[in-house]
Amino acid sequence: MGDIAIIDYGAGNLRSVNNAVVKLGYQVGITNNAEEILRAKAVIFPGVGAAGDTMFTLDKMGLMPVVRQLAAENRPLLGICIGLQVLYTGTEEGGWFDCLDIIKGRVKKLPSGLKVPHMGWNQVKIKKSHPLFEGIPDSSNFYFVHSYYGDPEDKSLVIAETEYGVKFASCVGRGNLVAVQFHPERSGDLGLQIYENFFKFAGIK
Amino acid sequence: MLTKRIIPCLDVKGGRVVKGVKFKSHRDAGDPVELAAFYNEQGADELVFYDITASSDERPIMLDVVKRTANQIFIPLTVGGGLRTVEDMHRMLEAGADKVSINTAAVLRPELISEGAKRFGNQCIVLGMDAKRVTGSDPVRWEVYTHTGADGGQTSGIDAIKWACRAVDLGAGEIVVNSIDADGTKAGYDLELLRAISECVTVPVVASGGAGSPEDLYQALIVGKADAVLAASIFHYGTYTILETKKYLSGKGIPVRF
Repeated sequence: MGDIAIIDYGAGNLRSVNNAVVKLGYQVGITNNAEEILRAKAVIFPGVGAAGDTMFTLDKMGLMPVVRQLAAENRPLLGICIGLQVLYTGTEEGGWFDCLDIIKGRVKKLPSGLKVPHMGWNQVKIKKSHPLFEGIPDSSNFYFVHSYYGDPEDKSLVIAETEYGVKFASCVGRGNLVAVQFHPERSGDLGLQIYENFFKFAGIK
Repeated sequence: MLTKRIIPCLDVKGGRVVKGVKFKSHRDAGDPVELAAFYNEQGADELVFYDITASSDERPIMLDVVKRTANQIFIPLTVGGGLRTVEDMHRMLEAGADKVSINTAAVLRPELISEGAKRFGNQCIVLGMDAKRVTGSDPVRWEVYTHTGADGGQTSGIDAIKWACRAVDLGAGEIVVNSIDADGTKAGYDLELLRAISECVTVPVVASGGAGSPEDLYQALIVGKADAVLAASIFHYGTYTILETKKYLSGKGIPVRF
C-alpha cells in the first residue's frame, strides 16, 4: 500500500486504472479497507457501467461513509465515469437512485437521436484553469463511454465541458475533489498526464 | 464533436498474430503486444484482438497476451473469439479487455448478451455479427452466420437486421457488422448492410470486412452511416498507415482524432 489508493468495489476499469498508475511509477494499492483508503494521500474512485448497481455495491460494502468522509475532509479524490456520477445527488438511470449528494445535481440521460452509449474520443473544452489539465491543450480528445451525464446545480464547479447532443460537464471539482466523465486510463498519453497531474496536485512525489 | 474511430484488428493464434503482417519497420510482426504498441503510436483509436484459437486449452495464452497489452497500452481493447460464457467474458475483462465481442455463442443462446450486460454493463458487450447476403433475395436480405472460424461457417437462418435489433434490446452496447461477402476482397464494405443496421439500432455500429483504401472507410462512415471502421489487411500490409488514413478522412470533413 503506497500513497495512492484505488477504491475496490469491483468496478470494471479497476485493473486498467491500476495499470496506468503503475506505468507512471507510483506505489498504489487496490483496496476496500476503510482505514487504508482514509490513510492514502490520494484516492481514485473508478467506475464503469450502471450508477444504480454501483450505489448498491458501495452500500453493501460499507464504502459510502468512506467516500463521504474523504469529501468532507477535502482529501484529494479523483472520480472517474461512474465514480463521478455517484458523487451527485441522484441519478435518473433506472428511474431514480439516490447517490452520495457530495455534489448537488442530477445525473440525466443523454438526449435521444444520437447513438448511445456516447462511445469514443471527444473533445474536452477547458472552462476553468485547473491543475488537472496542466500541460494539456484545450479541446484535446479523451475516451468516453457513458449513457448518462451529471448536471451540477452550481455551474462554477464545471472545470471542463464536452458536447454530445448536449453540452455537459465532463470535469467537475471543488477543493481537492475532482472528477471526470471520460476515462483517462483509456485516453493514451494525455490520459496518463491527467493521472500524473492529479498526483502532483495531491502533493505526491 | 465525437470523432470517428479507426480500429485495427489483429487475429491471434497461440499467442502470435497470424494474418500475414508486413511492416516496413523491423519489428517482430508476429508479437501482438508489439503490434498493439505500434498501432497505438500510429494513432489507432481502439484495438481488437480476435482469438482464432480453436481449442480452449490455449485460452490462457490469450489471457496473457491481453494482460501484457493492457499493462502497456492505454487505449480501449476489445477481445473476441470463442467466448461462450459469462465466466469467459469475466476472465478477459479481468485480464484488461474493455469489451468482449461475441457471435456464435450469442446466436446459440441470446441470453448470454443480457447476462453479460447485466454483470458488466452494456458498454462491455459487443455483438460481433458475421452476415452474408442471401443469394437471389429481392429485396436483398442478409443472414447471420455462426462458427465462422472454420471453413466459412454456417448460416443460422436468422435475419441480420432483426438480430441486430434484438441484440440491442438484450443489452449489446455496440455492433460490429462483418460482411462475409466483402471480407478479404479489399473491394469496400457492404454499404447497404451497414446502412440498414446503422439506421435501425440506437447503439454505435462498427464496419468490418472489405476495406481496401481510405476511400472505403469514408464510404462506410458516410454512406454506411457507421460510427467506427475496423480494418485489418490495409494496415497489416502497410498499404496505408493509420495516420495517412486519418489525414484522408479529415481532408474530406470527417472528424478524427490525431
